[in-house]
Amino acid sequence: MSEIFGIPIQAFMGQLMLGLVNGSFYAMLSLGLAVIFGMLNIINFTHGALYMVGAFGAWLGLTYLELGYWQALLLSPICVGIFGIVIERSMLQWLYKLDHLYGLLLTFGLALVLEGLFTNIFGVSGQPYSIPDELSGAFNLGFMFLPKYRAWVIVASLVVCFVTWFVIEKTQLGAYLRAATENPKLTQAFGINVPLMVMLTYGFGAALAGFAGVLAAPAIQVSPLMGSNLIIVVFAVVVIGGMGSILGSILTGIGLGVIEGLTKVFYAEASSTVVFIIMAIVLMIRPAGLFGKEK
Amino acid sequence: MTSATEYLRVSDLHAFYGESHVLHGMDFTVNRGECISLLGRNGAGRTTTLRAILGLTGRRTGSIMLNGREVINMASHRIAQLGVGYCPEERGIYSSLSCEENLLLPPQVASGGLSLDEIYAMFPNLWERRNSQGTRLSGGEQQMLAMARILRTGARLLLLDEISEGLAPVIVQKLGEVIRKLKERDYTIVLVEQNFRFAAPLADRMYIVEHGQIAAEVAQGELATKQHLLQEYLGV
Repeated sequence: MSEIFGIPIQAFMGQLMLGLVNGSFYAMLSLGLAVIFGMLNIINFTHGALYMVGAFGAWLGLTYLELGYWQALLLSPICVGIFGIVIERSMLQWLYKLDHLYGLLLTFGLALVLEGLFTNIFGVSGQPYSIPDELSGAFNLGFMFLPKYRAWVIVASLVVCFVTWFVIEKTQLGAYLRAATENPKLTQAFGINVPLMVMLTYGFGAALAGFAGVLAAPAIQVSPLMGSNLIIVVFAVVVIGGMGSILGSILTGIGLGVIEGLTKVFYAEASSTVVFIIMAIVLMIRPAGLFGKEK
Repeated sequence: MTSATEYLRVSDLHAFYGESHVLHGMDFTVNRGECISLLGRNGAGRTTTLRAILGLTGRRTGSIMLNGREVINMASHRIAQLGVGYCPEERGIYSSLSCEENLLLPPQVASGGLSLDEIYAMFPNLWERRNSQGTRLSGGEQQMLAMARILRTGARLLLLDEISEGLAPVIVQKLGEVIRKLKERDYTIVLVEQNFRFAAPLADRMYIVEHGQIAAEVAQGELATKQHLLQEYLGV
């Protein structure tokens, strides 16, 4: 068997794959956070909870409504998005003129409420959600077996990230969004309905978290705390990539997933801290993050 | 003048930024197709007047009739959609948008705006720089961009704030020509200016603003006889 740096190639590729899968989730979640932060100036601590709600949406749909994975992949994010819009209209919209801290506190509180609610109803132990038949099994790549579901997660996340990036950077709607992010008052004075865009942006960010949740459901167990386990790393990703940068959050998300995965191969003890070590170094060298602009 | 041609009537307009009371009962009218200028010293309330018309200040009271509709309680985007184009003093060019994206940003609010080709014919520099980042343009180019982007939308009332400020004479001259062309096309224009020499030949009437109120009105034909007013308020 061939080796890379003394590591069996199969172990190396396996961890690389896992890293890419984790990176895909980091990318989708930090992308949503970046879009929301840009538009609303709110650090959305509810994001992890929305991801969890998305996963539960899929599980509830399957258990009580017999909705399959593919229906869940469409319906659950829509429901989470609508839930996000309700949150924005009923609570967040009153905070825009205040300090970042208030939005952070409110969304953090909401996350605790949601997680508490789901823990009360469903307990802390995870609910299993099986991989759809089409995506079970693995591809034999010769040097390794690639589980089909992992490949699907990576592809789906890359497509979603690319489409989001494309819409924001290359279309007229995206130009409105960038303009409203940079100078909301003037943009509104040009006749663009900025409050509506802000509401839809939060809904979209929430839907993106919900989508990631559905993707995660078959890969890990559906549990009320799945979001809070992930969100801390995702915040580190956002800080490293640079607050509010679209491309930055995607690339950093995937890149850090890979780095984290490879650390497991070379020095497993550091794998859960490596992201934060990188964050500390990046903050020392570039306080605005790798892709962020200094204000 | 009959009220039928009246396009904008501002009456007893008060505006606030937080606690500070900036406009103290502005009263003026602009007729359709007319170009008026608000002259005055820095801090007199001219910029605030434009911002208040668009709902960009804090609390406002009084009345702003735009083409027969009361807009004092409308949200900014609704007012803009009634056909108001705004060129802010700081120009407001977006750094996250390219020159052409800046140009195409304001949505069309009515038919009859200039086409992109006409705009590029009027401002050839913008065609050359269309793919540059908005804020990489020179000051003069940014000013032209800020003007040009509101001509596309079909807005009939243009609020132009200090467009000649800090620009080379040749560019100021160019902007003067543009305003003459717009007057020929029957645009209604409110020109906020410090530069009396720029505004005087363009404006049909001039209002002098002092302490958030209109202190005097000077029509184009009265420039010679009311010279003392201009001297007193503006030092020109």
